[in-house]
Amino acid sequence: MSELTGPSVDTAQRVNVGDELPPLRVQLTRADLVRYAGASLDFNPIHWNERFAREVGLPNVIAHGMLTMALGGRLVTDWAGPGSVLEYGVRFTRPVVVPDDEQGALVELTGKVTAVGEDGTARVTITARFDGQTVLGKAVATVRLP
Amino acid sequence: MALDQSFIGREYPPLTYTVGREKIREFAEAIGDTNPVHHDPAAARAAGYHDVVAPPTFAAIVNLRAMNVITGDPELGLDFSRVVHGDQTFVHHRPIQAGDELVTVAHVDNIMARAGNDFLSVRAEITTADGEPVSTLRATLVARGTAAAAAEQEAGA
Repeated sequence: MSELTGPSVDTAQRVNVGDELPPLRVQLTRADLVRYAGASLDFNPIHWNERFAREVGLPNVIAHGMLTMALGGRLVTDWAGPGSVLEYGVRFTRPVVVPDDEQGALVELTGKVTAVGEDGTARVTITARFDGQTVLGKAVATVRLP
Repeated sequence: MALDQSFIGREYPPLTYTVGREKIREFAEAIGDTNPVHHDPAAARAAGYHDVVAPPTFAAIVNLRAMNVITGDPELGLDFSRVVHGDQTFVHHRPIQAGDELVTVAHVDNIMARAGNDFLSVRAEITTADGEPVSTLRATLVARGTAAAAAEQEAGA
């Protein structure tokens, strides 16, 4: 666990277009999905019931899109600080399929600064990858820089 | 069945939500966020907040009941078993913190059918009880194949 309460970015002056955020790699297991279901109150069975998921045409249980979105949020707040996010939007383009094993599914998140405003804000474009493909589209956050 | 277009512009009654410290901790833990500002009131106060701060997508929980009212509205006729979440946007006017007494008003902004799917654009305005803006959420819900099924019925298929 990090002991830092502050962001990993120091001042607006040090942020430039093209800067890359420290990447985030998360193994999502079935237990993580159950925990997220409980915390978020999203109990859709496609996120925990393999039989149901297959019945509705999915290859297996899939992660909540909102969980993947939350991990993208973590990537951004780990960098710019909690409470820094002014705007954050994504499109859910592909599912993260989570097998019933110890490893689960690896989700890899990266981010890049695509704009820096004179008002002390920055825009970050986020990429979330699973199984060699992106799972979020148009994932962009606007943050207030510390 | 295709969705009823007359729902465009509809506003639903306000719903209240009290943000709990333990709920924020639980949510932060579920997304693996160990930053003390989400867990420790003293750390949050040291960072200038009145209590622990919610991660940016926590507002979806505040919004949940309002969304359930729309998706469960029998008059709208959304087949929830066919619904997928198409997109989601959060605009935060200020960070949500434990102790906030929030009010959510949900709106149907648009309904359209494209390529056999129904697209429902919803918006939730989250404010304090005094009307101070806190967050605006927008989402597109996609009901797969429901518009096509309606077109087939109309064609007598």
